[in-house]
Formats: sequence, structure tokens, C-alpha cells
Amino acid sequence: MSDVEEAITQAHHEEWARVVATLTRRFGDLDIAEEAAAEAFATAVERWPADGVPPNPGAWLTTTATRRAIDRIRRENKRDDKHKEAQMVYDSPEPPGDIDDDRLRLIFTCCHPALAMEARLALTLRMVGGLTMPEIARAFLVAESAMGQRITRAKAKIKAARIPYRVPSAEDLPARVTGVLAVLFLMFNEGYLATGPDTDPVRHDLTAEAIRLTRLIRALLPDDGEVAGLLALMLLTEARRTARVSASGELVALDEQDRGAWDATLIAEGHRLVRERLAAAAAGVAPGRYQILAAINAVHTSARDIRDTDWSQVLALYDQLARLDPSPIIALNRAIAVAELDGPEVALAAVDRLEHRLADYHPYHATRADLLRRLGRSQQSRAAYDRAIELAGNTAETAYLTRRRDQLR
Amino acid sequence: MQYLVSVIDDKSNPGSTDRRPAISAFNERLIAEGYWVFAGGLADTDTATVIDNRGEQAVFSDGPFVESKEYLAGIWVWEAPDLDVALKLATEASKVCDRKIEVRPFL
Repeated sequence: MSDVEEAITQAHHEEWARVVATLTRRFGDLDIAEEAAAEAFATAVERWPADGVPPNPGAWLTTTATRRAIDRIRRENKRDDKHKEAQMVYDSPEPPGDIDDDRLRLIFTCCHPALAMEARLALTLRMVGGLTMPEIARAFLVAESAMGQRITRAKAKIKAARIPYRVPSAEDLPARVTGVLAVLFLMFNEGYLATGPDTDPVRHDLTAEAIRLTRLIRALLPDDGEVAGLLALMLLTEARRTARVSASGELVALDEQDRGAWDATLIAEGHRLVRERLAAAAAGVAPGRYQILAAINAVHTSARDIRDTDWSQVLALYDQLARLDPSPIIALNRAIAVAELDGPEVALAAVDRLEHRLADYHPYHATRADLLRRLGRSQQSRAAYDRAIELAGNTAETAYLTRRRDQLR
Repeated sequence: MQYLVSVIDDKSNPGSTDRRPAISAFNERLIAEGYWVFAGGLADTDTATVIDNRGEQAVFSDGPFVESKEYLAGIWVWEAPDLDVALKLATEASKVCDRKIEVRPFL
């Protein structure tokens, strides 16, 4: 990559959201902001190789995009005077906010609870992440036209229903931050365990984007424990990414991973965040689910060998998590720790109790299959593997489960 | 910005019938805080009449235009600066009415 190309890529990463956010604030219209930002970057691709990279790329891009936006508004005003009113900037009366950053406004607008979850994800990837429509469509395995429609519909609702471009008030902030984190966590998970027969098992573009956006939220809300927790959780998961899929495209389970291949830098950063939250917890701040999940991952990534894993610590954390969120999925993960401490028989009994709630959840069958295998109940194990394979959507996981099944005696 | 706020009831699982005083108090507040534009409860859907005069002569028919389990029990029109304000009020309205609420912007 040439220096200029690199500068453009970097500017896209660092400035896209800022340009869209600034223009949305100025013109009160996501559509105009998105289009003008895209045009500004296209102009940079054209001009920077000849003119050189401007000293302040962000300012250059914002100025260029603003000019494009004004051009468009003028064009449309000539065409249709009524349109003018619709595109007037609406300055909602705004008390001096707790946090004043246009990008935060943008994220909260894209993740508004009045939008469907899939629309929030798509809109966040486009407006904040700067991914192109084909990239987003590919990430969620839908046709480009369908994804385009989803985004267009969401933008139209924001405009027609007047979803405000604003950081929520302090009173609403915790609930709304939770909503934003849910979008980012979903984005990360879809990247980490991508579904679909023709998809890479791990979509690094999605995991990287989710981490980047979570870092951004963290920079904007440095005191929020769950933001720190989610970032730590993502980093400690991402650190194992390359060790998690073999050269032949098969999932490598935690106990078989080459721990030397884990990313030490990401782990160190994740552990730092977990320690920060542990200190807060010691001072009496009750941790939320992301912080507890991060702590569980910190236990795993602290063990140099699977045999060194502090399972009683893992179990204690799952107990804490189960009190917060009594979901069957957490009970299932807790059972895996139980198997290590009390043996597969005790764990299987706990897992079997979840059947009516997790019958269509492939990790339920995969966990059962493994426990039955350890108990020497091959026939039942095989049936459980069959069901897990049937339900799994990730290619690497299917390959792993198939091998484990075929190894049964 | 004006929003149509629909109160939705369910024939098979209706909300409680003792909400009138609470709704009146809520209306007083909407008026005092400047959100109130209009409000009205509706008679049963059985009392509706549909008129279709798109053809050569007007046709009257008995009953609502669509038969459904869920139906419109009443409406408000609110004036609110943005959807967040409307949704916050609607969240309270749902409790006050003991029914589901739909918020929809006017053009």
C-alpha cells in the first residue's frame, strides 16, 4: 500500500464517523451527511495522490463534505421548495449534556430503541463504522438491495418520527448505553462466530469494527464499568482468534488451542481493564454482565495450560452471572465449569435439566455430546453430535463437531 | 411535532376497566405541561360503520373495516419536541391506561 493509500485508509478509520456526525448535526439529516461524507472520501481518493495528503485530513474531509452537502441542498431547493422545510436543521433545545461529542449523538441515534435491532446494527455499521452497503450485506448474508432498504427505512423513520440527534439525559443514559453495547456485542459475536455455509468462520472485519467502536465509546464514557467490561471481553476473545481455527478451517476448542499463538498485547490490555473493574467492584460497585464475562475470560487467558485453569473461580463467576441473568445459556456454560470440578456426570444432570429451553440451541447438544463422550456413552454421544451438527451454522464448528463424532468408538 | 398516540386494547385479554380517574389525572398533566392537543375514547368497534363511495354509489357496511383481536380503544394527539419525549410520555400512558400504546408521527 502506498503512503497516500494508507493515509486515506487511516483517515477513513479515524474520521468517517466524525465527518458524518458533524454534518448530521449541522444539516439535521443523516442522508445528506452520509452521502456528502462518501463524496468527500471519493474526492480524497482522486485528489490526494496528486495534491498530497493535507496537513489536517479530518478538517479537509469535513470542509469538502460540507461543501458537497450545501451543493446538494441548493440543488434540491431549486427543484422543490417544499423540500426545503423538511431539510431545515432542527436544533432541539439541548441542556448542556454530560458528554458533548457528535459521534456519541450519532451512535445513540443509530442505536435508538425505536428501531429494530437489525436496523440498528446495519445503521451503526454504515454511519459510525463507515462500512459500505455491499460489505454490510455480506456480513449479514442478505442481498445488497435488502440491506439498502433496511438502512433507507431506518433513516426515513428517524426523520419522520423525529428521533432526536442527542446524547440521552443522564437519567436515561444507563439504559441507552446498555442498548448501544448490545448492538456492539451482537456485531462482535456475528464476526466471531459467523454463520453461513459460504462465510469465513471468523469475520475479522466485524470483530475489529466492534472493538474499534467499543473503544470509541470507552473514550467517550471512560467511567462506565460495563463499557470497560465489554471492551475487555472483546479483547480477550479476539486475542484467541487465530488459535481458534486450524489451518484446515476447523474450530479448535479451548483445551486444544496453542496458547502461545494468543495475542499477548490484547490479553495484557484486557487484563488491565478487568483489574480496573475488580478494583471498582472491591470499592462496592456491583459489576454487570459484561464485566463478569470479561473476568471469566481473564481466568481462562491467565492459565498457561488448560490444566492450570482456576475452575472454581470460573464457577464462582458463573454463579454471580446467573444471579444477574438466570438464562439457560448461562446455566449451560456454568455446567461446563461444573464438569471440570465435579465430573461429567454431575454436569450432565445439570445440562439435561435445560432441555426444554435449549432444544434448538446447538451448543446445548455439543456440550451434551462431549459430556456423554467423557462418560463413555458413545451411542448417545453420537446422537447428540448429530443434532449439534444439524443445528450449527458455522463452518469451522461443523467441521470440529463432525471430527469429534467420527472419533467416537 | 405532533404524534398520534393510539391506545390498543385486546378483546381476548382486555385491560382493566377502572382506569378512568388515572387517565383524567394524566390528561391534566399533559395539558399543564403543554403536550395535550386532543384526546378521546372510542365506543366499541361493533358501533363502527364503513362507507365506500369510490364506485358509482355509496355502500354502507356495518362494523369495523378490519376485524381483529386487537383494536383501537382511544387516541391522543400530542405535541412533543421529538420522539424521545413522546416515548417517555407513552411509557407512562401505557401504565396509566393498562394497555398497549402506539406512537406514530403526523407528516
